[in-house]
Amino acid sequence: MKKLNPKINKENKVIEIRGLQKAFDDFEVLKGVDLDLYQGENLVVLGRSGTGKSVLIKIISGLLGSDEGMVKVLGKEVDKLKPKELDQLRLKIGFSFQNSALYDSMTVRENLEFPLIRHAKEMTKADRDRVIHVVLEAVGLLQSMNQMPSELSGGQRKRIGIARTLILKPEIMLYDEPTAGLDPITSMEINSLINEVQKRFNTSAIIITHDLTCARSVGDRMVMLLDGQFQRQGTFEEVFNTEDERVKMFYDYNFVN
Amino acid sequence: MGLQDNKADTGTKRRYFLTRRLDRLFLELYNIYAFHVRFFKEVLVPPYEFKEIVRQCYEVGVRSLPLISLTGFIIGIVFTNQSRPSLAEFGAASWLPSLVSIAIVRALAPLVTALIAAGRVGSNIGAELGSMRVTEQIDAMEVSATNPFNFLVVTRVIATTLMIPALAMYTILVALMGAYLNVSQNELTSFTTYITQVFDAITFLDVFSSIIKSFIFGFTIGMVGCYKGYYSSKGTEGVGKAANSSVVTAMFMVFIEELLALQVINLLRAM
Repeated sequence: MKKLNPKINKENKVIEIRGLQKAFDDFEVLKGVDLDLYQGENLVVLGRSGTGKSVLIKIISGLLGSDEGMVKVLGKEVDKLKPKELDQLRLKIGFSFQNSALYDSMTVRENLEFPLIRHAKEMTKADRDRVIHVVLEAVGLLQSMNQMPSELSGGQRKRIGIARTLILKPEIMLYDEPTAGLDPITSMEINSLINEVQKRFNTSAIIITHDLTCARSVGDRMVMLLDGQFQRQGTFEEVFNTEDERVKMFYDYNFVN
Repeated sequence: MGLQDNKADTGTKRRYFLTRRLDRLFLELYNIYAFHVRFFKEVLVPPYEFKEIVRQCYEVGVRSLPLISLTGFIIGIVFTNQSRPSLAEFGAASWLPSLVSIAIVRALAPLVTALIAAGRVGSNIGAELGSMRVTEQIDAMEVSATNPFNFLVVTRVIATTLMIPALAMYTILVALMGAYLNVSQNELTSFTTYITQVFDAITFLDVFSSIIKSFIFGFTIGMVGCYKGYYSSKGTEGVGKAANSSVVTAMFMVFIEELLALQVINLLRAM
């Protein structure tokens, strides 16, 4: 079980969501979601597949539009930003994709260099090399610098994906199913890495998962998405100490079965 | 809102203006229009991805050379061979170089190059971008505040637009060489005579219209491949569909454009 991060600043909300709604055709995925993420906090969003967890972070990062409601990131309403303003905001958000989303025609080094070339134009090649060295060291994959993504294992790809998001020093990290498809030991390593990122880079994060071991290891607080709304929130114990059959079933499938 | 990179959203809960199918058709037409408008806006605005354009030119141009060389050469031989009996019937076999060169320069070379490029390059672009969409690589670029349209679409369309005319000119040369081989074997025509007849037969308008047509074909192949791949539906099936429909649509468009170009060129000739 993770110890609560003492650096959490409850006075400062980095993400504020009110009454968020999103539907696809006639299927309402999010039905009025409210959420706050505090500075320095790792917030876990739990829920079954297809409940709209990924949709939520895609709306936060501006990849999807919302139907109703307000999404404020670092004090700015995402829906109301112009493209250039949205890009400025995105530089402060790191998004770790479920399948890592590494550019498969580029080496690991080129993957990491790609955002630097475009957004840190003042950097010399030597500066870029140094930064790449630092983030690869942070994720423990310095030796993979010249490999192609196809030559990496699932866990390594996740780590490089996280390294790529860290390279622009984001304030907020969004992790989409960080342990999906990984063996228990690699999952544990990724969990440690998420905690390490929180400490070392002082980030706030939303972690989308249905893996309760991951949730327990990385979450300072967790919320559970059921029927398009957050039904339970609090610490791990507070979320699962309930008679709600849907929540109990979720717990049982993770730990009993 | 600030979203830059989403196709007009057909998924969001809505009432339909006409029927669901008609709404989707009009949305698709609007998306195609918006894709073109966006291309012309972004092609002029920095950042310019020169390195990627050069890489794509290499992929489209240099890597197509073996296939284009072989096809062009064979077409030259086959077309000459097939045309000979008809001309020989009127005792006009000596006109073969003129006939062949006009056919190659005016229609065969640009068309064959475009069709080969639609098959090789169009499917490649459709599959590559489709796969990038499915594996969220395009989303990854977007959330890292890099404009994926500029990096992926603009560079590829510029590459196809520039390289296909160059390939078409190359096809003309290779096909004429194939034709010469055939003519020299059968009619014992010398190279000088052959070249003289070729250059006497073709006009500036023939070459110019071929180049312009090839630019249009190249632009079409690039745009169709990019559009299909960039907005491919989710899943591996979507990648296959994107690659397939890139080829089919691009080929269809090339034929339509050829037909329209022919009308315009004939008008110009009549003037």
